[in-house]
Amino acid sequence: MFEDLSSKIEKAVQSLKGQSRITDVNIAETIREIRRALLDADVNLAVARQFTKDIQERVLGADVLKSVQPGQLFTKIVYDELVHVLGEEKVDLNVSPKPPTIILIAGLQGSGKTTFAGKLARYLKKENNRNPILAAADVYRPAAINQLKTLAEEISVPVYSIDQKDPVRVAKEAVAMAKALALDTVIIDTAGRMHVDEAMMDEVAQIKQAIDPDEILFVVDAMTGQDAVNTAKAFNDAIDFDGVVLTKLDGDTRGGAALSIRTVVEKPIKFMSTGEKLDALSPFYPDRLAKRILGMGDVVSFVERAQQEFDEEQAEKLQRKIRSDKFDLTDFLEQLQKIKKMGNVADLVGMIPGAQKALQGQEISDDAFKPVEAIIQSMTPEERADPNLLNGSRRKRIAKGSGTSVKQVNDLMKQFSQMKKMMKTMSKLGGMGRASQALKSLPFGR
Amino acid sequence: MSWLEKLGLKKKEKLEQGVEKSREGLLNKLGRAFAGKTEVDAATLDELEDILISSDVGVKTTVEIIDRIEARVARDKFVTQQELQGMLREEIVALLREHESGRPAAFDAAFDHKPHVILVVGVNGVGKTTSIGKLAHMYKQAGKRVILGAADTFRAAAVDQLTIWSERADVEIIQQGQNADPAAVAYDTVSAAVARGADVALIDTAGRLHNKKSLMEELAKIKRVMGKVVEGAPHEILLVLDASTGQNAMQQARAFREVVDVTGLVLSKLDGTARGGIVIGVSNELDVPVKYIGVGEGIGDIQLFDRESFVNALFGEGGTIQ
Ligand SMILES: Nc1nc2c(ncn2[C@@H]2O[C@H](COP(=O)(O)OP(=O)(O)OP(=O)(O)O)[C@@H](O)[C@H]2O)c(=O)[nH]1
Ligand SMILES: [Mg+2]
Repeated sequence: MFEDLSSKIEKAVQSLKGQSRITDVNIAETIREIRRALLDADVNLAVARQFTKDIQERVLGADVLKSVQPGQLFTKIVYDELVHVLGEEKVDLNVSPKPPTIILIAGLQGSGKTTFAGKLARYLKKENNRNPILAAADVYRPAAINQLKTLAEEISVPVYSIDQKDPVRVAKEAVAMAKALALDTVIIDTAGRMHVDEAMMDEVAQIKQAIDPDEILFVVDAMTGQDAVNTAKAFNDAIDFDGVVLTKLDGDTRGGAALSIRTVVEKPIKFMSTGEKLDALSPFYPDRLAKRILGMGDVVSFVERAQQEFDEEQAEKLQRKIRSDKFDLTDFLEQLQKIKKMGNVADLVGMIPGAQKALQGQEISDDAFKPVEAIIQSMTPEERADPNLLNGSRRKRIAKGSGTSVKQVNDLMKQFSQMKKMMKTMSKLGGMGRASQALKSLPFGR
Repeated sequence: MSWLEKLGLKKKEKLEQGVEKSREGLLNKLGRAFAGKTEVDAATLDELEDILISSDVGVKTTVEIIDRIEARVARDKFVTQQELQGMLREEIVALLREHESGRPAAFDAAFDHKPHVILVVGVNGVGKTTSIGKLAHMYKQAGKRVILGAADTFRAAAVDQLTIWSERADVEIIQQGQNADPAAVAYDTVSAAVARGADVALIDTAGRLHNKKSLMEELAKIKRVMGKVVEGAPHEILLVLDASTGQNAMQQARAFREVVDVTGLVLSKLDGTARGGIVIGVSNELDVPVKYIGVGEGIGDIQLFDRESFVNALFGEGGTIQ
């Protein structure tokens, strides 16, 4: 499970209570905690040092200790600084005034370039009404061209490829093709390459020179460790890219590499890629990543994961049921099963800020759902629809049938009714704002 | 000289060249840290800590290593630079697991089972398919009959990719095309391996992030059905880790171990500047050896993992430990 940095900071700051001023000496422990959290999140060592140094200077100036909750204020300073470094404002893709706009994609092997190329084509087509063509300039990896073609077919985008192993030619001809067909965007997928491979780095520089792209995107795996600074620097030296794409953020990586890259090359992060499906792409949100790096959870990603499992129509129906108070135990069971499908429950809970605390250290495992499921499954359809039917003897029967106790049945019913109230309030408020509270009311415990 | 020795030598040179490029800075640093010192002071330990952290060893394992060194120095007092370096190597080597006899790493070693079935797993893009291509080539060169199974039926053109590798390595392949049931492909591959008298079966799987429960369950199922054809299969489950991956590799390893009992690791992409230090903690915690390292995209770019060389490479040295 994610370690909660904010609670660590709170603890470290506690020891400062009663002291009138923050000094280099008394703050050292807190700073060390922050640095360690950054290192655990894969922020580069040198970057983590610089970052904590900046933080230290900031808190020395601020009247942190006099505030009511110094720990929280401290955490906020760290968070704000992270968001600041990650880039506060959204930077869009460059667009050429004279079509076609040419986008070149580069990066290490296995970073997710080809999938991203497909996603970007889909995104530009759907969100920006553009007409892209993809160019298959990865002429080396076995079946890379086929991979791009398969993806392109799914989204009905043309692909330009040739039989010869000449990526410069592919790129040039794809641009010419776009002009001939009046397509407004060319997206060029290139082979993955090691930044220390001089011949290959030369090659990508040549591609750049040949077509003069409007936008060069460097694609990085969000799970990258300390080496991210070296690769980003080398690619930046070779092709002076315009933006960064972070991939595989649907995993549970903290994604500190993003901070390292932002710090050493000062190029904006433009997209985040969050799944294998072609619609799993979104613009970059620095606040989400900052929370992730700090282990403060990422509610938005949680909701997005949820959305992958619940289609919109179902969600709509569910909303209606909740609003009209018709959400019953059958619906509840269904939701539980969906949550289980979404992934490791403990990980999911970790994505919700404050959830850890709300649960007060109780371990949540998938098994925690078992008695709940068993209880509901032991009810008749009528009972599930109307819990008011559950009198003492029915509860006894259910406890027996599910191998639980009457107390467990009672607890579940009580929690269910509390949860329903909470859900109703939340649906009125419209949003996940109080997710941690809702979670607390879920009958996870025994 | 056997082909293997020749190849081994050639490849070693290649690794060392690659490693040389990336380790230069490290060697200098360490030189600075130790030069002229007769005992370990705080500054030296800090420097050491930096080197380990910069190699993705991770804070937890780094602290563990440093604690051990400190404890030994406290016991043995005045330590020379050489002694300290030796100690350091010993401590790290001790964290890395040894190869097991039932699952030999050498390509010409005899297997206890025929066919010896190997399932290859890992997150997206780490180098599973490429590693299988290389392993197939190595086993084939060592005179073994090899069969591949294309159980990545999900990623676009994954079957084509493995098919090309089977042609390069000149080995057989079992496939049912894109979108087929991966467990069925795995089942067929093991059956075919039995029927055709193959020595080794290598099964490719789709990359999957370890926090996706349904995909992990699918993997468990793939494993299960193989055991129905040949008892005890798969005999090996290799988890491929990308050397450039940071601390998340530990999460990956834990999750994969939980569903499929990983028996060994492959550390890919060591031909860049990433040092892959996370495998130290992973090997130690999972209690499994690192078996192979990937050092390029060519068919021969795979080497047996050697603990001493790895640690030496970590500190930028070619020599071996006495
Ligand atoms: N430089 C280098 N590249 C490698 C190495 N191993 C694999 N690659 C490259 O990394 C990329 C991804 O490799 P794949 O073998 O397709 O990885 P995979 O794990 O099968 O990927 P998915 O099936 O998509 O999850 C390809 O471009 C490979 O050529 C290595 O040791 N060194
Ligand atoms: Mg593959």
